[in-house]
Amino acid sequence: MSNVILQTSHINKYFHDPVTVPVLNDLSMSVDKGEFVSVVGKSGCGKSTLLYILSTMDTDYEGQLWIDQDLITGKKEKELARIRNEKIGFVFQFHYLLNEFSVLKNVMLPGLKLNQYSESEIEHRAMERLRMLHMEDLALKNANQLSGGQKQRVAIARALINDPAIIMGDEPTGNLDKKNGEIVFDIFQELAVHYHQTLLIVTHDPEFAARTNRIIEMEDGRIIRQ
Amino acid sequence: MNYKLIFSVSFSLLRARWKQTLIAAIGVTFSITMFIALLSFMTGLNGLLDGLILNRTPHVRIYNDIKPTKNQPVNVSGTYKDYHNFIRSVKSPSARQEIFNSGAVMDAIRRDDRVAGLAPKIIAPVFFTAGTIDITGVVNGIDVQAESSLFHFNDYIVAGKAIDLKNVPNSIILGKGVADKLLAEPGDVVQVTTSQGDIMPLKVVGYFQSGLQDFDKVQCYASINTAQKLLGKPNNYITDIQVKLKDLNQAPMVAKEYGALFDADTEDIQTANSQFETGSFIRTLISYSVGITLLIVAGFGIYNILNMMIYEKMDTIAILKATGFSGRDVNRIFIVIALTIGLAGGLVGLVFGFGLSAIIDQIPFRTPALPTITTFPVNYNPAFYLIGAVFSLVTTYFAGYFPARKASKVDPVVIIRGK
Ligand SMILES: Nc1ncnc2c1ncn2[C@@H]1O[C@H](COP(=O)(O)OP(=O)(O)O)[C@@H](O)[C@H]1O
Ligand SMILES: [Mg+2]
Repeated sequence: MSNVILQTSHINKYFHDPVTVPVLNDLSMSVDKGEFVSVVGKSGCGKSTLLYILSTMDTDYEGQLWIDQDLITGKKEKELARIRNEKIGFVFQFHYLLNEFSVLKNVMLPGLKLNQYSESEIEHRAMERLRMLHMEDLALKNANQLSGGQKQRVAIARALINDPAIIMGDEPTGNLDKKNGEIVFDIFQELAVHYHQTLLIVTHDPEFAARTNRIIEMEDGRIIRQ
Repeated sequence: MNYKLIFSVSFSLLRARWKQTLIAAIGVTFSITMFIALLSFMTGLNGLLDGLILNRTPHVRIYNDIKPTKNQPVNVSGTYKDYHNFIRSVKSPSARQEIFNSGAVMDAIRRDDRVAGLAPKIIAPVFFTAGTIDITGVVNGIDVQAESSLFHFNDYIVAGKAIDLKNVPNSIILGKGVADKLLAEPGDVVQVTTSQGDIMPLKVVGYFQSGLQDFDKVQCYASINTAQKLLGKPNNYITDIQVKLKDLNQAPMVAKEYGALFDADTEDIQTANSQFETGSFIRTLISYSVGITLLIVAGFGIYNILNMMIYEKMDTIAILKATGFSGRDVNRIFIVIALTIGLAGGLVGLVFGFGLSAIIDQIPFRTPALPTITTFPVNYNPAFYLIGAVFSLVTTYFAGYFPARKASKVDPVVIIRGK
């Protein structure tokens, strides 16, 4: 049990727009430490909705959620922000970076927010992660000068800055060409293999899913295979 | 709370939108500048207009009025006590306008802690002889030094020197209007006739011009000694004691007290010039209203720009929240943005306001009614700058409050899904 990083129990979610429609139906799942899990399913089956709940951003659901043995359900906004900051690294499909900041500052921001290390240490850690992703040359560039693939790599570096318990991605390769998608996948794989990083990645690329440790398959708001 | 981070994020957002920021700040600068300049100028003008009368008016004046005997004999009679008595025959007991025992009275007043100073005065109605006609006038016997230090007598001398009244024996300073009628110039000798019929030649040593025409056509000044000599009175003869208090607001109370204590008539400045206070108050009120309206308009400018910024920065807010910034952090970021605009715009506004006041202060402004004034009056009161600074921060805070609250409530899921 102590090996479990993420767990849900009987999660239900409805949208009331304008009639009440169930989107997630009695979802129970768990992710162990060091696992590289992918979530697949047809478009509209509720993958993103699930991920927003798991990442603590969406609190409007029934059921329970634990992250790192800690019951998340019912916590206050401020605590949830702190948990997101410390325990979760999130990689989006589109929303990459803050254009007002340099690449380096983008990576550093969650670290500065956590405020566990000094600023120079955070900078050092950010550079380490950028180097790992072969992005160190672009550290001082402005975020909006980067290509899509480069941005996604910086976003991964940012997700890694606070050594999160789990990294979640919502179709992080969905908006990239084949080659860049490949690069991003390789990075995830390396994180899983070499750093034993726990990863939960939504994708609808079957090839991508096939190369992960475990596939959770969804259909109409239910898990049909995990 | 990590304020360094909040500030750094705020400033980055500001820099990314520096043009809008600049426009918002200029709005604040403009309103603070106008606020400062307007108030400095208006209250300067107030001071000038009030000074026209108030500076020269004693806070408390002690004198002896000529009035009929209060206790007419019929009132004293027991038989007619309950009757309505209208028989009045006993006139004023003496023509003495003199303040009794003036030396002791003045000593007592000088010892009073509330008193800033006093100036004795003799008022003597006279005739000036000009050819075949007589011109009525009033010679004020004054203590030149006390009169200058307490009532700015010096400021109103347009020819000659005030101190000559003391240095030149039997000298007089004529009101400008009187001098014009007499065709008298400094150095000339004028014949002065008292109400008793005594004639005395006095040497003109200067002109006095208060700016009030009626006043200048009548009032003339001589030293106390000269006035005593003119009236043939001993050197303890005084008809008025003019008292200046440290706090003008105490005047009515002090006047009442002195009246009872010295058994004399007293008049306080509030009673003598009640209309002036009202005028000043209204002018100041108008200035503040205009200034504060300007600031509120600037506040709406900031409100608009912040609202716009928040719509543009939805993605940024969503990402900040997704990566661990709380609603409160986001709120603070936008409050800091608002206050930065207010502080920067306000500070520049204070400097510009001072500059504009200084320019107004240089604009020539000459009027025969105000001989001592050569430029527009400006009141450099630090209180205006303090009010301006505080108010610019308060308005910008409130202008930022609602947009910041809106930003703090942004739901990252809605934004991220929206793409
Ligand atoms: N805000 C919303 N209001 C109502 N229905 C929504 C809303 N967001 C998503 N949905 C619906 O919920 C279902 C699941 O959506 P989503 O989780 O985005 O699917 P996926 O990510 O698997 O493509 C879809 O049918 C979608 O239309
Ligand atoms: Mg989706």
